[in-house]
Amino acid sequence: MTRNIPVSLEINGDPHDLRVALSDSILDVLRDQLQLTGAKRGCNQGVCGACTVLVDGRAVRGCLTNAAACEGEAVTTVEGLAEGLTLHPVQEAFVEAGAMQCGFCTPGMVLATAALLSENPTASREDVVQALSSNLCRCSGYQVIIDAALAALETGVEIGGEAGA
Amino acid sequence: MSRSRKLTSGVKQSLPHDSAHKHVSGEALYIDDIPEPPGTLFAAFGMSEKAHAEITGINLSKAKAAPGVVAVAAAEDIPGDNNCAPVFGDDPIFAEALVEYVGQSIFAVAAETVEQARRAARLGRVTFKERKPVVTIDEAMAAKSFILPPYTMQRGQSSRALSRAKHRIQGRVEIGGQDQFYLEGHIALAVPQEDGDMVIYSSSQNPSEVQHLVAHALGLSSNAVTVEVRRMGGGFGGKETQPALYACIAAVLARKTGRPVKARVDRDDDMIMTGKRHEFVTTWDVGFDDRGRIEGIEFDLAARCGMSADLSLAICDRAMFHSDNAYYLSNVTIVSHRCKTNTVSNTAFRGFGGPQGMVGIERVMDEIAFTLGLDPLDVRRANLYGGKGRNITPYHMTVEDNVLPELFDELEKTSRYRKRRREIESWNRTSPVLKRGISLTPVKFGISFTTTFLNQAGALVHVYNDGSVHLNHGGTEMGPGLFVKVAQIVAEEFQIDVDRVKITATNTGKVPNTSATAASSGTDMNGMAAKNGARTIRDRMAAFAADMGGCRKAEVVWGYDAIRAGKKRFTFAELTKAAYLGRVQLSAAGFYATPKIHYDRDKATGRPFYYFAYGASVSEVMIDTLTGEYKVLRTDILHDVGESINPAMDIGQIEGGFLQGMGWLTMEELWWDKAGNLKTHAPSTYKIPAASDWPEKFDVRIFERGRNKEATIHRSKAVGEPPLMLAISVFSAIGDALAGACGHQISPDLNAPATPEEVLLTLEDMRARLSAGAGLAEAAE
Ligand code: FES
Ligand code: FES
Repeated sequence: MTRNIPVSLEINGDPHDLRVALSDSILDVLRDQLQLTGAKRGCNQGVCGACTVLVDGRAVRGCLTNAAACEGEAVTTVEGLAEGLTLHPVQEAFVEAGAMQCGFCTPGMVLATAALLSENPTASREDVVQALSSNLCRCSGYQVIIDAALAALETGVEIGGEAGA
Repeated sequence: MSRSRKLTSGVKQSLPHDSAHKHVSGEALYIDDIPEPPGTLFAAFGMSEKAHAEITGINLSKAKAAPGVVAVAAAEDIPGDNNCAPVFGDDPIFAEALVEYVGQSIFAVAAETVEQARRAARLGRVTFKERKPVVTIDEAMAAKSFILPPYTMQRGQSSRALSRAKHRIQGRVEIGGQDQFYLEGHIALAVPQEDGDMVIYSSSQNPSEVQHLVAHALGLSSNAVTVEVRRMGGGFGGKETQPALYACIAAVLARKTGRPVKARVDRDDDMIMTGKRHEFVTTWDVGFDDRGRIEGIEFDLAARCGMSADLSLAICDRAMFHSDNAYYLSNVTIVSHRCKTNTVSNTAFRGFGGPQGMVGIERVMDEIAFTLGLDPLDVRRANLYGGKGRNITPYHMTVEDNVLPELFDELEKTSRYRKRRREIESWNRTSPVLKRGISLTPVKFGISFTTTFLNQAGALVHVYNDGSVHLNHGGTEMGPGLFVKVAQIVAEEFQIDVDRVKITATNTGKVPNTSATAASSGTDMNGMAAKNGARTIRDRMAAFAADMGGCRKAEVVWGYDAIRAGKKRFTFAELTKAAYLGRVQLSAAGFYATPKIHYDRDKATGRPFYYFAYGASVSEVMIDTLTGEYKVLRTDILHDVGESINPAMDIGQIEGGFLQGMGWLTMEELWWDKAGNLKTHAPSTYKIPAASDWPEKFDVRIFERGRNKEATIHRSKAVGEPPLMLAISVFSAIGDALAGACGHQISPDLNAPATPEEVLLTLEDMRARLSAGAGLAEAAE
């Protein structure tokens, strides 16, 4: 497939004028054109959530999201979450809780949590479990991940603006 | 520099994962994240669509002519051996005359883009003459289709004991397989070097094996190939032998084209092409007394090995080694059949056959209890190893470190098992549809590779003259925090902060001839090798310091970043610099070979394990008898990790292992059709546990009195595999709930995975048996 469709995206705050193929997902564009490899290709079919990115602040599956259809949108990847050397509170909470083993699911989990916090800052444990149930982790028992998400919630930081910015 | 007087980042500390920061920020590189070298091509595979067929023709001309294709390779393009098998030489890289499973690779394409490679691969034309496939264990047993000879372990006289026993029952359980479902699929990147050498980046638990197999496939010696692994996105045994196929394909294509080649496997292809946990059909004949104590038992274990031997010999052996789980079997015969089927060759998966062995004996415990109307916990207790003359395994090894009686006492108390059992019984009497069940099951897991020579490890330690340390060892990082644990061990040895120890990618050029990171032995062996390397350097530095300080070496006091020799005082960096100027060698290779172990396979006797790891868990479930659906209400775990090197990492292993085991026994269903096609080859049809499957209440504790009797690294115990089997308590609790649903008059013939459908079928079968029994009783009256 030739990359013949022009698309303008804002990625992690920077404007990008790109050319994409009709079949390209946003995950393809991020990983293969921009070397932003934080979003992972886990299943490439919308089930695992390892490819999660934020589009205008909402968590989406990068592998299922058509790149050409994102014209004009703001995309945040895990690389764009920290402010310089300062980690985002969710990232901080994941490090603090030790919420990773192999780490392959981590970027997706972090972004899914960030989106949840901005949408529902008073989310209960059940809400967290529900929200993270579409992100798979094969290594952990999820307990640490849920704890990390709850800890991030507790810091009470409203990150909606930041995450989408 | 921190000035506290004690090291706080050595062993027995819950340090975070060394890559934690990189993981949350997306900086941690997996192989698919490494910037591709210029000119990199992408591979796609031509696979068999038949489970068993002769190849009558291969026509690749259309594939070769497809856009973007640079090369196509089949068997005749392999310069060296057409083999990627770990032990028995029976896994071709590309099938030549015969295909033996659906998904077997026949050829591969290298093209400019992934998409072009995949399209071209679909254009290869292969014609077949079909043969009848053998798919199931039952078919293989009937056809006497075996990949390896049967094997028997024996102690005492089981048949005599059986005929004399007061009670005697037979049973059978089918145990399903499991896909490893590492989130990062298989991948290899081959980069050609000068002299025809090859560098391979492989997502592999066993870089040395990849190195040797790639070298031989290219017709080179091993010194021409270097394999590097920084980290994997999960392995679980699925990357012990399976990566070699993709590394060999990438290397053959790279050789042919002179360009780097990346072989990244699609999720569905990964599930179709690569081996999984072995399915088992286990039958038993057991005799026991009124207390439920086993007097004689015979087990028959039939395993689906698939089309080749792979690691099946050792896996089936390990199933036998764990057919006793935690129980003394006085008169025992265990027979194992290694079935050859036209399905993908099954391979390692966390527990390596041990879990399947344990499920058999745990089912026996439950059946004995249901037969006698006893609490299954009392039957388990009556059979535990311990007491006079009751500590010899079926393979004649003496169990010397059993902590289960104590561990049971503690867990029974903290989980309030007895009280809850009574509550559940009365609750079940009044609840018409929902039924609850509870079970406490133990784990005793043997630590060491049962293939004795594999129990060796190497490490390389450099101290640079600024006092920083470079650490390398043969273990690979797939998640459990092996790297940070080994770094903690080296930090402890040198008494310096762990952040001064640089952890580096596993590389066959640094440490040769390593064993797979498997058998839970990663920290035990690599930690010890690294410690030995560090100790060699420290000894040299201490001798040098003694010279400087005019004292004896034994008088040197080595504290936290402070070394004192006579009147001289050094920081670690100062001493390093001085030692360097004094021409002291500051680099060492460490080595370790596990002591005490031996096993005579012909006699089936010996001490295959250095020690055992123990644990136990209590799970409570509630099933809906109308739908078969159920929920795990609560799980309590008590696990022995010896003296933990990193308790946080160990808890992570226990929780993750438990959930993975629960997935295996309750929801993950592999389903093949009659023609040998795997029908559950996508994450949409093959379900692994999600966050919502985690038990509602969960309590995990490390057994505080735990200490390894053997002189392992800082008296710790391996923790990678054993916790997976803690999930047997969930399977057993489902059985208990089913028995409860039928008034504890009949035992459930529950098979694994106990999916809601399986639960419902089992219940129907129980009710049918009950009413047939009632009918018979009436007829007899
Ligand atoms: S890679 Fe997108 S959901 Fe799995
Ligand atoms: S940490 Fe490995 S998949 Fe989640």
